Amino acid sequence: MKCPPFSYHRATDVADAVAALGAADGEGKILAGGQSLVPLLALRLARPAVLVDVNRVPGLDGLVVRDGVLHAGALVRHLHLAGQDHHPLAAEAARWIGHTAIRSRGTLAGSLAHADPSAELPAVLRACDGAVHVAGPGGTRRLGADELFVGALQSSLAETEMITGVELPVPDAWGFAEFARRHGDFAIVSVAAARFGDRLRVVVGGVAGVPHLVDPGDLATCDGGLSADRVAILAAAAADDVDPPSDLHGSAGYRRALTEQMTARALTQLAGHRTPEAA
Amino acid sequence: MKIVLTVNGERHRVEVEPRRTLADALREDLGLTGTHLGCEHGVCGACTVIVDGLPARACLMFAVQADGAAVETVEGLAAEDGTLHPLQEAFSRCHGLQCGACTPGMLMTAAHLLDTEPAPDRARIRAEMAGNICRCTGYVGIVDAVEEAAAGRGDP
Repeated sequence: MKCPPFSYHRATDVADAVAALGAADGEGKILAGGQSLVPLLALRLARPAVLVDVNRVPGLDGLVVRDGVLHAGALVRHLHLAGQDHHPLAAEAARWIGHTAIRSRGTLAGSLAHADPSAELPAVLRACDGAVHVAGPGGTRRLGADELFVGALQSSLAETEMITGVELPVPDAWGFAEFARRHGDFAIVSVAAARFGDRLRVVVGGVAGVPHLVDPGDLATCDGGLSADRVAILAAAAADDVDPPSDLHGSAGYRRALTEQMTARALTQLAGHRTPEAA
Repeated sequence: MKIVLTVNGERHRVEVEPRRTLADALREDLGLTGTHLGCEHGVCGACTVIVDGLPARACLMFAVQADGAAVETVEGLAAEDGTLHPLQEAFSRCHGLQCGACTPGMLMTAAHLLDTEPAPDRARIRAEMAGNICRCTGYVGIVDAVEEAAAGRGDP
């Protein structure tokens, strides 16, 4: 179908974009990569009155590592994220998104703001305990991953706010596993695992309204290393911790079984994947 | 809104409504109907074109976003005298198409792959072509064609 009519504002900078969102009186949407928004328009599931195009806002496409944290601009495309080696977990997760023609346009902040619980980058943000920088009419604020995601396709961003940058702490070791019917499809279940020192964080996508952070319990520390037995115990604990819905892609039991398998895969990977020391 | 699109090296000035997708601007405003539309929501890949050197779904981009961009479409593949691009030759030889609806997107995706990776193996070709759906061929002929075109590169 064709998109419903909207008016178009090409923002020149962040302040201009925020002002345009404010002027839209709650009916404005940021247009970045458009790889999730435009299908919603084409299917007429969304009818914003104003699209605020931020693609030409300068200074939002940089990537830099400072003090063990990757600072990425809102407009970093998935292809760019997939090709960088500062944050190997984010790179690996980005490779699982769609196809080249999607990754060439789709943006990091766009994926986070869209807040699809089966998308890869929201799971990575939460696994790394990252944060987003947000600009709005009242100024700027910083939102942690745990505060950003509220429910399926729902974030805590106000209608007049936009994400300007993302902080992703670089884990000491990492793993990422996903199961989908075909590569490039949305995950039925995905797991992002990150180790910071002896602290382990495992996040499961596709099993709840938001990327699910597995209750630490046994997972909290991994000072004893990760033997095959320990991976199996932790994977079973993750499966016990999720309460997935049933839908036409899979039953709750199927998703729970996938959670165990994907967690085992991600942790096995993590045991062998150390992030190289930053140069 | 008035925009400028450079398509296959030729500059065009067009007036478009903001909701006009790049695919519709190419087809309806510029008469370049080689770019096909299948699903119109980014799943099938039929409308894949190259925008500023990277493949993009022309149905998921508004023409106003492409203002000033260089766009390459399937019309730009063959030489001016009509000599087919090696990929087009290979698709023809290998039965890489039947109805032709998906072919422009297949060709542009494959062209970008071969421009960036001259010698992809079969698994790599399959992975890269996975974003384009064909409902006729079963894909074997398509992958054969891309493999053959890749192998033929560098031949006299």
